[in-house]
Parts: sequence; C-alpha cells; structure tokens
Amino acid sequence: MSHVLEIHDLSASVAERQILNGIDLIVRSGEVHAVMGPNGAGKSTLSAVLMGKAGYTVLGGSVTLDGQDLLAMPTWQRAQAGLHLVMQYPTEVPGVSVEDALRQAHLARRAEGGGEMRSRLEAEAARIGYASRLLDRSMNVDLSGGEKKRNETVQLAVLQPKFAILDELDSGLDIDALRDCARRVEDLTNEIGLGVVAITHYNRLLEELRPDFVHILVRGRIVASGGPELADQLERDGYAAFAGADEPASTVQAAAVRPSSLDELFGGLR
Amino acid sequence: MPTPTLTLPTAEQEVWRYSRIGELQLDRYDATPCRTTIDAPAGIVCDGDVPSLTIHDCFDELSEAHAEPVVLRVTAGRAVAQAVTVDHVIEASGSSSYPRLVLDVGAEADVTVIETFSSADDVDALIVPRVQIRAAQGARVNYLAVNLLGRRTWQLGHQEAVGERDSTIRLATVALGGDYARVRTDARAAGPGATTTQVAVYYADGTQMHDFRTLQDHVAPHTSSDLLFKGAVQDTARSVYTGLIRIANEAKGTVAFQTNRNLTLSEGAWAESVPNLDIATNDVRCSHASSVGPIDDEQRFYLESRGIPPEVAERLVVLGFFDEVLQQLPVTQVLRDDLHRRVADKLSRRQP
Repeated sequence: MSHVLEIHDLSASVAERQILNGIDLIVRSGEVHAVMGPNGAGKSTLSAVLMGKAGYTVLGGSVTLDGQDLLAMPTWQRAQAGLHLVMQYPTEVPGVSVEDALRQAHLARRAEGGGEMRSRLEAEAARIGYASRLLDRSMNVDLSGGEKKRNETVQLAVLQPKFAILDELDSGLDIDALRDCARRVEDLTNEIGLGVVAITHYNRLLEELRPDFVHILVRGRIVASGGPELADQLERDGYAAFAGADEPASTVQAAAVRPSSLDELFGGLR
Repeated sequence: MPTPTLTLPTAEQEVWRYSRIGELQLDRYDATPCRTTIDAPAGIVCDGDVPSLTIHDCFDELSEAHAEPVVLRVTAGRAVAQAVTVDHVIEASGSSSYPRLVLDVGAEADVTVIETFSSADDVDALIVPRVQIRAAQGARVNYLAVNLLGRRTWQLGHQEAVGERDSTIRLATVALGGDYARVRTDARAAGPGATTTQVAVYYADGTQMHDFRTLQDHVAPHTSSDLLFKGAVQDTARSVYTGLIRIANEAKGTVAFQTNRNLTLSEGAWAESVPNLDIATNDVRCSHASSVGPIDDEQRFYLESRGIPPEVAERLVVLGFFDEVLQQLPVTQVLRDDLHRRVADKLSRRQP
C-alpha cells in the first residue's frame, strides 16, 4: 500500500525567530529524499516541527500523511499515524530500557505481536550488529555515538512506521555503524515501503543511503531539487553556489534566548 | 509523660530548618511500644549492652528513657546469608514509640538488615526510631529502612553508622509513608579505607512531607563515601534534603560524592535541596550535584516520538527515575517488585 507525506509551504519559528520560510516536499512510500543544507539552514528545525516538538511555532502551511493533518496532532499521535524521527542526539532516559519503551508504544497502538517484542528486538539488533545485552540498558545511557544510532535504527525497524525522518544520522558515529544503519534503512524502503527524509549536512550518508531525490535547503527554503546528481554538484561547488538562488529569508526580530537545555534550567548547584 | 523539662527543637535551628517541628504537640502522645517482629538466624539477636545514644535533642533523651532496644550482633568472620528483618507496626493512635536498633558487626563479617515501619492510615501516632550501626574492621553491612507509615503518623528518625578500617557500610532508605517523616543519617568513615554508601528513594503525595538530613563524615585517611538520594513530590506534598560532606584534616586521600535529584510532579508540590561541603584538607576528590524540577521535556518528547501517550511517557520516566535506586537495594526481587508497585500506585493517584 502506498502512502504519501505532503509538506506544503511550511513556515515556522523558534524563540520568535523565523527559521522555515515555506518548505514544499512530497514523499511517497519507498522513496528516499535527502534534504541537505549548511549549518543554520533550518534542518533540525524541520525535523522538530514535523514531529511536533514543544518550543517551535508553526506560522503557516500544512503537513499531511495520507491526507491526515499531522500539525493538528500531538507528537505521540503523529508517531502512531506513521511518522518516526531518528534523532541526531538521542535523549538519555534513565531506568527505561528500549524494550520497556517499545512495549508501551506497541500497547498504545493496540498493535499485535507485542508479546514477541523481545525476540523482534533481538533479531533487529543482530541484523545491524547491536549487542543484545545493550537492549537491557537504560535508553541511550552510557552508549557510544555509534551504539546510539544503532539503537535508533533498531527502534525504527521494530516500529515500522510509514515515514522516517533521519536527523543527521551520520553525526557522531564511525563509518561501520553508519553503513549498518544506512543499509537497514535502505532495506526497509524495499521491505515495508518506508519513505525516508534524510536530513544531512554532508555527502557521507548518501554514499551509503542512495537518495532518489536531493533537495538543497538554504535559509529555511528549498532552493533546488533534483536527482542524486545534485548531491554531486553540491560536493563539487559547495553551498555557496546555491545560496544566491534565494533572496534573504525574512526574519522577525530575535527575542530573548531560551535556555538551551533543561540542565541549564535546573542543573545548577543550589 | 513527657517530662516538662524537655525542650523541643525549633525550625530556627539549622538542622531543623524547613521542618514541621513547630507543629508537634508532644503531649498528644503517650509512650507505648509498637509491635516488633524479628526474623533472624540463630545467634544474632542478643540481650547485650545497649550503647548509649549521643544526645542531640530531646528525642534522643526520650529514646534513652523509653527505648525498646533490639540488639543484633554478628560475630567476627560470620557471613549471614539470609537478610535479617525487623518489622515495627504501630497499632495505637495517640502512642509514641521509641524503637532502637543496635547493629554490631564483627571484623570481616557480612550482614543485611531490613527494618520496616508501618501503621494504618487512621493511626495518629509518633515514632522516634534510633539506629546505631558499628562495622568493625573489614565488615560489610547493608541496612535498609522502609517507611510504609500511615498518613497520620509522624516519624522522627536518626541513624548513626560508624565504619572502622576497610569496612563497607551501605545505608538505604525507602520513604513512601508518614504525615511528616524525617530521617537524619550520620555515616562516619572512622578507620582508614572505610567506605560508606547512602541511597534513598522518597516519594510524597497528598499533604505528606519527607525530610532528610545526611552527613558523610570522614575522619580517617583514604576513606570514601557516595550518596544518591532521589525523591519526588506531587499534589501539595513537600520534601527537604540537606546533606553535608565533612572531611577532617586527617582524612587525606578521601573521595566523596553526593547527588540529590528531585522531581516536582504537581504545580503545588515543593522540594528543597541543600548540599554542603566542609573540607579541611586539599588532598581530596569531592563533588556534589543537586536538582529540583519537573519531568525533563526532552525525555518526554523522546518517548512520545515513539508513539507513547504523554501519561504513559511520564510514568516510564518517573518509574525509571526511581528504578535506578531500587535496583541497588539489598532486597529480594519480590520486595523490589512490591516497592516498584507502591511507587506506581502513588503516581497513578497524582493530581496534576
């Protein structure tokens, strides 16, 4: 069955600063779309806004999955509707194992096969070289960069969403882990028709995960779209060649900076 | 009872700061022993001498006057496989009870003691427990206090532990019950190479208040201590943690850590955390960390992005927060599961 994720004219701000300036993107089942952009282009904002993270304000546009309005849903319902986010920096959750979490995710979905969660996790872990003893660890606690991304990929494969956003999958891991994770994602596009939005700064990921479409994101807007050859052109000419294609993004006056983390809020000695 | 010469402490005193001591009406209670049940292997419970208490306040004086001591002695070299349990149940409203546990562990001996305090929710009573622990050279002592007191019972507890050369003392507390429940814990590394560890889980709801005062006291070289206290408050409950690491000049080469984490799960709940250091030598490694705040937004978002509804995500985060400590307790899986279930029950009763 074929699904479609449609992003139309999406604009969003964070801390009263407009970051996304009208994104258009249509992704169908089985397709891999690479969204490439320099630092500050709005790559991480795009993934956060699509998943409904607090602190981001949608100023306009729409995001639908098979016609369902994702922007009207809270994060967990977007996930249940079939959208999944593989995070750039997966959050540590002490005392909660990946098995605990996915069992609850499964239960909430009223999906079948929750009783086989352990064996499915074991099988997916083995498939991408993630040590099964790590399945019992607290989520992302004391894991290396590569282990965290393998853990993210195991979850993606077990949850089997319709669409996955990979936020900088290639950051913080070695080439072996990158290859294992990218190949698993590639296989999922064939096995279950997973549609992929791979957000990345570098070409490195795309050597392992061959995109069908490449989009260049500059100042919160897609300034060029094409086939894989676009990534090669980018590799050759750099982002500067594309930056001029877009007029400067409109920005709202920057307001007070939000604390960058909760640690900053209440982690200090009292 | 009580004798009119007794002077109650006041919240003006630093060690009673933030406490509810001002609400205590001692004359509402009559000294009546609680019901105590001991389960110990042969040769451990004895009628030996009861060491006198250090008198810090009138409650120590009252304990000296009314205590019903349980003396546990483990002879040198003996490893006690089964945990010794001491259960106190308060049955009478209007009673004050003064249980005293003396745990004297000989050289190279090894023992685990679990002391439980409970009362029904309608029992309006005061309990003033005292614990005195001595670990001789190379001894290993695990002590766990479990507070399952009813909602109208006050507790004013004090634990003192002293570890001699190369001993290891682990003090654990699980506090779920009580109206106002306070425990002061002094862990003293008295001999070279001694180690003390303190962990606690506390979780107050409704109008409960939990109050902890800890001291990691280092008076000999190359000693170490580690403390991890994790608590939560919800509804209009309150909690206080104040901890002091004190390192004497002679305690060179000492390592001491102290961590206190608090979750505030309702708007009307309140937690205070006050870490302190008092270090008289440079040759130490020492750190403390403390936090008070709601459930981490990033953790919540991470779980919700997997398709987990918000209330389930919160439950996972809170239970996970406590599991880090529950996993370290010297208890059977059955008791661990029971404590986990009690924590989960409290969370399910939360009013946001």
